[in-house]
Amino acid sequence: MLYFTRWKAAAVLLTALVICLFAVPNFLPEKMVASWPKWAQRHIVLGLDLQGGSHILLEVDTRAVRREMLEALRDDVRRVLREARIGYTGLVLRGNGVEVRIREGANADQAQSKLAALSQPLGGFLGTTGQRSIDVTSEPGGLIRLTLTDPAIVERVRQSVDQSIQIIERRVNELGTVEPLIQREGTDRILVQVPGLQDPTRLKQLLGKTAKLDFRMVDTNGSVEEALRGTVPPDDDLLYSSAQPKTPYLIEKRVLVSGADLTDAQPGFDQRTSEPIVSFRFNTSGARKFAQATQENVGKPFAIVLDNEVISAPVIREPILGGSGQISGSFTVQSANDLAILLRAGALPAPLTIIEERTVGPGLGQDSIAKGKISSYVGAAMVVVFMLVTYGLFGLFANIAVAINVAMIFGVLSMLSATLTLPGIAGIVLTVGIAVDSNVLIYERIREEVRGGRTPINAIDSGFSRALATILDSNITTFIAAAVLFYIGTGPVRGFAVTLGIGIITTVFTAFTLTRLIVAYWVRWRRPQRVPI
Amino acid sequence: MRLLRIVPDNTKFDFMRFRRISFPTSALMSMLAISLYFFHGLNFGIDFKGGTLVEVQNKAGPADLASIRSTLSTLGLGEVQLQQFGAPDDVLIRIAEQPGGEQAQQEAVNKVRGALGDGVDYRRVEVVGPRVSGELLSYGTIGLILAILCILVYLWFRFEWQFALGAMIANVHDIVLTIGFMSITQIDFDLTSIAALLTILGYSLNDTVVIYDRIREMLRRYKKMPMPELLNASVNQTLSRSVITHVTVSLALLALLLFGGQAIHSFTATMMFGVVLVGTYTSVFIASPILIYLGVGRGSDALTRVERSKS
Repeated sequence: MLYFTRWKAAAVLLTALVICLFAVPNFLPEKMVASWPKWAQRHIVLGLDLQGGSHILLEVDTRAVRREMLEALRDDVRRVLREARIGYTGLVLRGNGVEVRIREGANADQAQSKLAALSQPLGGFLGTTGQRSIDVTSEPGGLIRLTLTDPAIVERVRQSVDQSIQIIERRVNELGTVEPLIQREGTDRILVQVPGLQDPTRLKQLLGKTAKLDFRMVDTNGSVEEALRGTVPPDDDLLYSSAQPKTPYLIEKRVLVSGADLTDAQPGFDQRTSEPIVSFRFNTSGARKFAQATQENVGKPFAIVLDNEVISAPVIREPILGGSGQISGSFTVQSANDLAILLRAGALPAPLTIIEERTVGPGLGQDSIAKGKISSYVGAAMVVVFMLVTYGLFGLFANIAVAINVAMIFGVLSMLSATLTLPGIAGIVLTVGIAVDSNVLIYERIREEVRGGRTPINAIDSGFSRALATILDSNITTFIAAAVLFYIGTGPVRGFAVTLGIGIITTVFTAFTLTRLIVAYWVRWRRPQRVPI
Repeated sequence: MRLLRIVPDNTKFDFMRFRRISFPTSALMSMLAISLYFFHGLNFGIDFKGGTLVEVQNKAGPADLASIRSTLSTLGLGEVQLQQFGAPDDVLIRIAEQPGGEQAQQEAVNKVRGALGDGVDYRRVEVVGPRVSGELLSYGTIGLILAILCILVYLWFRFEWQFALGAMIANVHDIVLTIGFMSITQIDFDLTSIAALLTILGYSLNDTVVIYDRIREMLRRYKKMPMPELLNASVNQTLSRSVITHVTVSLALLALLLFGGQAIHSFTATMMFGVVLVGTYTSVFIASPILIYLGVGRGSDALTRVERSKS
């Protein structure tokens, strides 16, 4: 156990050295590191609890996605039947599907085969799963029922999340923060982490808005009073203004141009009134549609509708042919700016709800770093002194091994670009307490072997070989606990699992190699007559 | 320099005799802990209960809890708890989960921000909606059970089923007592508490495994020694190591407890109790003597297999 070939000793020392060197970028100024190759630049990332920032978990509103799918399905059914010139009555949404009654029984079979074409194969390459997006069933009396299948809804939710992630990225990047993290969580969730954010209110406002912008005509024939009493014309929506006081408007359902046709939006000021405005530009098809609509409706009011609220409802004074325009409507500089960001980034496919938020201010983060440092130093100092008092020279060996161990933990954390949290620091402090355990196991074993009457070198040798099996067994159990914690934990807790797990690996490594190497060299050098522990 | 010997050489404590005291005591304590859990309950934090937690620091010196309380009580947010947190100018505000789904929680935070205004610094804001809190609790529980099972399988693989079972009983005992401790102290039970429980699990086992390793070795070496005597010898031989290791771990934990700040206080306090007090006691007084009853013998398959392969 105490014999190391030269190359083996060199390999051990080199491994330890290289791993420790990976920790170096953490302690150097950023400028110095910037010119290094990418792999060498890797460093530990401070968790949100240490550097401050916001963690926001969003969930796609599955019900809204489903409702939208149902409405689209209803429109499809109407279109298909109209194109096939099949008469029907009572086209309604019911539960997870759409029901329609075919007026003449003779047409029912034809209707069903036409409607069945709406159902698409789902999933898998070549649609081999055999699942379809819609189940089409018919009942006597000409009733046809089209039901959305669950896989179809799940698939759409998944797509919504993918699209939302891209849009959120664009929105968050406009905030100009460093390294925001935006990723999918599970099937219907998105995690947004923005480090260094003082006040998440604005971020939440940017995330919480669907930003669905439509240009629609105001229905001047209908009566708002009657709509307020409950009889809204079938082709209209009753919408309210976004500005206080909430004014009701009757807005046509038909969309002239939607926000999807915008190519740019910028905040600015109105040249006459100096009020904040948002100016926008349409793409070619949007410009054409807008020009046509304004030509046909000079003198009538149209509405700019954002997330079902009327931002403004100006009267069209002349046709707008240039494909650009401006939105004014009691904005502040900030809200004009935000609207421009939202319009540039595009609309979310479905509303998102904030289901978890954790924000740490920079002050608390700094305090936590300071406390983490103090407790690490104090903890380490106490353990070091205790080991010296208990084992003397061998205690010093143990302390050297632990110091290298901690440096290696930092090295591995850097290699993985892992996140260090306050519980993570606690994990390192605990590792210091535990890492010496491997030395304690070895030394106690050596003491025993000495008492058993072995010669010093013999005792040290068998002490090592017997203790190492125990060290492995006992550390694996703790490692299992750390691994489970890593899988179930999030944020700070996961940080603890990471440092604990890495700490266990480096501890076993140092016990098996470094401590042995140090003791082996000492034995060769001093040829001890008695073991000094 | 004379080196410190906390435990003298060749101790001969009769640990196994204590089982007549330790087993009933532990059974009683476990039952007490379980009934505490059911009748006194745990102080679930917002991770598991949902709701809002806001830590504010008063910009102008010590915070006036009474005035904050009266300001917040006008907002109609239901139960609002205030607590001084660490320093006199630091206040922790807890708001129970608001009825009305995810959106309502966000509105509550906005109300609090509006009411407290600019006189305070927002050090931490945490909002956990009803859906997330339910999931976190079930993940935590599943994780704990999963960890126990994984470790059980590992020990079964490495030792014999009697050892695995003994270790698991000892383990569950540790977890139960620690939960009892959390119930008595009404320490915040949140995600870090699950982390603490899992770590206690790991370390308590670490200790148990070291003693079991020795027992296995002794079983191979002394074929005729009666079981209680053999177990006693094993525990005594590893006693010095157990004590020294627990001193170093407690030193590390003590540093965290004293200087680590409020944010990880409940975490370290729980670990201190679980690792240092319960874990040590369990490995010596529960995990080892229980092997007498589980029928670990020299005739067991695994051992004979090992012996045969050696000869």
